[in-house]
Amino acid sequence: MSGADAPGAAAREGPGGALPAAAAAGIGILPGAAAAPADRWYPWRRAAEAGLAPIAALLAAFAAFAVFLLLLDKSPAEFLDLVWRGAFGSWFSLQNTLQRAAPLLLTALCVAIPARLGLVIIGGEAAVALGGLAAVAAALPVLGGPALLVWLVMAAAGAAAGALWIGLAGWLRARRGVNETIASLVLAYVGLAPFNHLVEGLLRDPASLNKPSTFGIGDALMLPALPGTDLHPGLLAGLAACVLSWVLISRTATGFAARVTGGNLRAAQLQGLPVQKLMIGACLLGGGFAGLAGMIEVAAVHGRANASLIAGYGWSGILIAFLSRHNPLAIIPMAVLLGGIGAAGGLLQRRMDMPDATVMVLQGFIFVAILASDTLLGRHPWFQPRRAES
Amino acid sequence: MTTRHDLSRRSLLQGVALTAPALALGVTGPARAATTTIGFIYVGPKDDYGYNQAHAEAAAVLKKMKDIRLVEEEKVAETADVERTMESMIRLDGASLIFPTSFGYFDPYMLRMAAKYPKVQFRHCGGLWTKDKHPMNTGSYFGYIGMGQYLNGVVAAHATKTKKLGFVAAKPIPQVLVNINSFAMGARSVDPSITVQVIFTGEWSMPVKEAEATNSLAGQGVDVVTCHVDGPKVVIETAERRGMFTCGYHADQSRLAPKGYLTGAEWNWIKVYSDFAEGMKAGKAPGNFVRGGLSDGFVKMSAYGPAVPAAAKARAEAVKAEIMKGGFAAFTGPLKDNKGTTVLPAGKALPETAVELESTNWLVEGVIGAIA
Repeated sequence: MSGADAPGAAAREGPGGALPAAAAAGIGILPGAAAAPADRWYPWRRAAEAGLAPIAALLAAFAAFAVFLLLLDKSPAEFLDLVWRGAFGSWFSLQNTLQRAAPLLLTALCVAIPARLGLVIIGGEAAVALGGLAAVAAALPVLGGPALLVWLVMAAAGAAAGALWIGLAGWLRARRGVNETIASLVLAYVGLAPFNHLVEGLLRDPASLNKPSTFGIGDALMLPALPGTDLHPGLLAGLAACVLSWVLISRTATGFAARVTGGNLRAAQLQGLPVQKLMIGACLLGGGFAGLAGMIEVAAVHGRANASLIAGYGWSGILIAFLSRHNPLAIIPMAVLLGGIGAAGGLLQRRMDMPDATVMVLQGFIFVAILASDTLLGRHPWFQPRRAES
Repeated sequence: MTTRHDLSRRSLLQGVALTAPALALGVTGPARAATTTIGFIYVGPKDDYGYNQAHAEAAAVLKKMKDIRLVEEEKVAETADVERTMESMIRLDGASLIFPTSFGYFDPYMLRMAAKYPKVQFRHCGGLWTKDKHPMNTGSYFGYIGMGQYLNGVVAAHATKTKKLGFVAAKPIPQVLVNINSFAMGARSVDPSITVQVIFTGEWSMPVKEAEATNSLAGQGVDVVTCHVDGPKVVIETAERRGMFTCGYHADQSRLAPKGYLTGAEWNWIKVYSDFAEGMKAGKAPGNFVRGGLSDGFVKMSAYGPAVPAAAKARAEAVKAEIMKGGFAAFTGPLKDNKGTTVLPAGKALPETAVELESTNWLVEGVIGAIA
């Protein structure tokens, strides 16, 4: 452990011992903790504030977009109606939305978890592709085995490949001081090269002439849809990963140590927190989730690895993570929102005869509004903790 | 944070509550009129001056036909997204014929939807359909455009001063290799000293690399360029700026290069689409395996640009007349690849329809470049 600790971290207290000190240092991990006995409703008001701000932002974005539509001589009412019908208005549309959201839940975690330590990791795209490729490569030798075993092997291999790739960026940062944003971005492009090389070379199914692909895992080994739906189990995996990540970050000592590190690196080092291990661990975990997303794409959708894995899920994950302010639970509604916009986008193109870029404009409006709404937090006194009367 | 979570659950519940009436609407909606609803799905933008535009232009003609309702969606990824788009067109728009136009849409996405909606007809662009293996409500159509590139080569050979031609290619797959080889064969049929330098970008759409490749070709003294990427816009524009001549591909790019555009190999999909649509109106399912080349009207050539010399026009028109007769074989033995291996023995000839060409894995003599 000492080898992994940051140089200069003299204090040898465990994470438990670091708790009060860190809180007292004003890191703001548990604001209101001191006032809690006097103002028991504060946590609820704080949650309400966190929920109301993005809703207000959403309304503002739609209002601004309505003006944009009027300038284009299109009807905002028809637009809203189509968004509703395309994204949420029927069981089919809702499934469409959720299917699109499923991979984004996992790729957003790849950004959000390291972000809690102050690391900006943006290389999830390659972790998805390599995860999918590793899943296929690991499945090929055991194709005859029971389905459950094959899936477990695939999941393990996919997660390991993703973890390795993002973990590498984390290791470079923690041990060699390389900027993790640049490292992960460059590694994303580096990672796609061996992916293409293997898919178009060593692992290529010779029958895939004009769309180079690996050998398939076969229909029998595809993950079945959830009973009564068209949804694949990846959605459940994504939801579970978000909830577990939230528990890890918000309810465990390790998560607390991670947040302390993100809040103030020097303070964390002084407290003797294993900063380097935490950084590498967060990257391994995030990368593992992205790799798992790749495995699920292969096992539930494509059946083989090919260029379809490079579909931008990694990049969209960055957006969602920032929109949810790196809160794993908030990733769920944000991914559903993005999935819904994607689902409605097609209907908008078809019915209102607008180009695909229109949806990009709407997305832009929403994201700017939600990110800007962050500045509203903490402005209204009603949401603030009340001073205890003594 | 908990509030947000509640919100998502609420909208979820609302969605579920709305299921029953919406489903009922979905059932009654599509069946109402005698018009045929046709869905087009494109992998890129409809105005890419390339692959997608070629389909979209044909779709626009189709749209004007009587009793046809057209729904289009662009920039649909070759993932589960395209399944959702097909399903949405069927469920929400009542489409009865769907054209997923990108090569990668076929397996497994289109096949999966075809199994789920057996009454809907699916026709895929790319020639992958195999009888007995794929369902009868699916099918494929494709064109042989190699002879278009052959004619490009003939015209390019007359325009070049340096005797060096360039080819910006996406991936070294058979379809692309046939185009490169055809272009080289066409040029070398005029002047055997001509070489074709090929650069693979590795991606179907990677504008930065396409511009780099074009510039690099210009730097090497290449003075006529053509390409096989999804959207030739960048290649043609860059070449025009560098004062090179260009031969188009997929669609007409003459507007992008008013000076240097010589001619181009274009798809003429409207031939296929109008045949299919007329058939559907008469209650006939479209053919399952439809193919054709220049002589069948599936492919056409762009009008000659101002820089094309009269001699080039005369030669190209003569070759074209020969091709239009049908059965024209550009690849005739003895033929070597660019590593010196004989790929076609003497006495053997491959017309564009030859099955052997569909697994091409060689570059013909005179092409500078390697596949791997």
